[in-house]
Amino acid sequence: MTRKALSQALPLIPSSVMIGVFFLIPFVLILLASVATLTPEGDMAYGFDLSHFERFLSWFYIQRALFSAGMCALIAVLSLLIAFPFTYMLTTFSDRAKKIWLIYILAQLSLSEVLIAFSWQILLSRTAGLGNILEWVGIAEKSFAMAPSAGAVIAALVYLAVPFAVLLLYPALSRMDRSLIEAARTLGTSPLRSFFTIVIPVNRSAIVSSSVTIFVLTLGAIIVPQVLGSPEHWTLSVLITDQAIFNFNLPFASALAVVLLILSASVIGLVMRFSGGEK
Amino acid sequence: MTTSLTRRHFLGTVAAAGAATLAAPSISRAASRTLRVGTYGGFFEDSFKEFIYPDFTAATGIEVQSIAVPTGEAWLVQIKNAARAKSAPTDVSLMAGVPRKRGADQQLFRRLDDSKIPNLANLPEHFIERYDDGSLYAAGAVSWYITLCTNTDEIADEPQSWNALWDPANKDLIGLLALPSNSYLLEITAATHFGGPDILQTREGIEKVFAKLEELVPNVRLWYRDEGAFQQALQDGEIPMGQYYHDVAGLAAAEGFPVRSTFPKEGGVLDSGYWIVPEHAEPVDEAHEFINYICQPEIQASLSRNVGTAPVIDPALTDLTAEELAAVSSSQAPILPQYHIYKEHGEWISDRWNQMIGG
Repeated sequence: MTRKALSQALPLIPSSVMIGVFFLIPFVLILLASVATLTPEGDMAYGFDLSHFERFLSWFYIQRALFSAGMCALIAVLSLLIAFPFTYMLTTFSDRAKKIWLIYILAQLSLSEVLIAFSWQILLSRTAGLGNILEWVGIAEKSFAMAPSAGAVIAALVYLAVPFAVLLLYPALSRMDRSLIEAARTLGTSPLRSFFTIVIPVNRSAIVSSSVTIFVLTLGAIIVPQVLGSPEHWTLSVLITDQAIFNFNLPFASALAVVLLILSASVIGLVMRFSGGEK
Repeated sequence: MTTSLTRRHFLGTVAAAGAATLAAPSISRAASRTLRVGTYGGFFEDSFKEFIYPDFTAATGIEVQSIAVPTGEAWLVQIKNAARAKSAPTDVSLMAGVPRKRGADQQLFRRLDDSKIPNLANLPEHFIERYDDGSLYAAGAVSWYITLCTNTDEIADEPQSWNALWDPANKDLIGLLALPSNSYLLEITAATHFGGPDILQTREGIEKVFAKLEELVPNVRLWYRDEGAFQQALQDGEIPMGQYYHDVAGLAAAEGFPVRSTFPKEGGVLDSGYWIVPEHAEPVDEAHEFINYICQPEIQASLSRNVGTAPVIDPALTDLTAEELAAVSSSQAPILPQYHIYKEHGEWISDRWNQMIGG
């Protein structure tokens, strides 16, 4: 028995050690840094100092944290609204068409956040952007700049997130038992109604896990909010970068990172509990 | 078999390492006239390699090993970590204003001997940095100006004062750098509205300057971190006014873009990089020789022509023509960054700033 357990556990050791070394140790270092003291010379001394968390507890930083969470939740919802119907339709395509679409979507993942941010900046500018098309069509009187704005940040991050959403939803949707829909249809349910009463509930766990992934993914975005947003649209991640790189305050940057971590962990926990509780 | 092979391999490695260690003293003796010089990676480093180092080697016989270094605080962290291991990542290197101040507080830079750098006399006082005990630790290396830049198509009348940033007529038209310690807007505000930097020496004074600075926030369209993003918008006229680098704006204008760089009557902001020698750097004499070499008028002129930086010495000492000088600097008194306030009140300035621009 012990031998069997051992033989099962043995293959897991290398990966566990890897994860332990590469994820756990940096995490512990961040925790230690977040309670370290900043010496007057600008150096860091390990200790137990909660002043960095106290500094976070001002309305400004709390507001930034809430804004970041709210915006990323909105982006997760918008990405799912776009990706879910698309993926559902994709699963009904021919194998060849499916393959081409999936390769195309996979290729989108190779675009970095930097490229996406700067492309959207051009797309939303007054001189070379969409405004000119609106002017030409006659919707707008004169071309105008659409960035920096909250809409620009959200649009670019949704653009960044949709391919991930499609790839996360695809396995579940393609495995879905189509006979459920057929049964509903033969019993007289409209296509729209069967989509809402069958397709969505059946794939609930895939929807939950992909929205959580997108939420966490966009929470870490730093380039898009900087390039396409005004300072009031900068997320907590941008402030962390500022503190770590420009203000040389690693303890405060770590404290903000810990807050961000707690924030995303509690959102994930809540969502999991909420979606699990309904079962 | 496998074991013995591995072992032999191991022994071989040890032997090679041992040989290398034994050989090391002779290698370092043979190459004792080399100097590792760190400059900001990219255009800066390339220009130094092309225009400065070959002549330096020809003049002194010291070989230069060029090392690309980061611009900001990250470089100080590397120097500090190396110092813990009693080594130095370069023998002499460029260091920006604010981290230079922090590094000096931690005594990370070697004390330099004035008498070995006679050309130091060419430098004005604000380019010579000393520890409290009076010993030299940094000398001005290169400097550049931040000026008021405008798009000539959109802004017909050239603004004459930084006060244009506060003009209600410029609502939503302005681009400014996004950080207090690279925009130097506190210094600009102090020079424009409070008669100079004296007010910045106390926190109460800085608070007053912030109150004034806050008034221009509605005029700002873009708080930029990325130079490219603002330059594009300035050239297109999308954001027709803002603070920008004089040398790059000049290059854009030379390429035919409708951009002008103005030294406002209060002066342009003169930001600088300094030469420092990390505490544990070995070739100290060579480092002194290098700094002395760069402080020569003809080398400063060459830097202005080839790298686009403003001379750190009195321009009258150089053979730069009026035109060449105008391309990189101005004869007006500059606004000097108060690097020390970002160290002394760093956290508070950063929070106050974030609230001001994002609140």
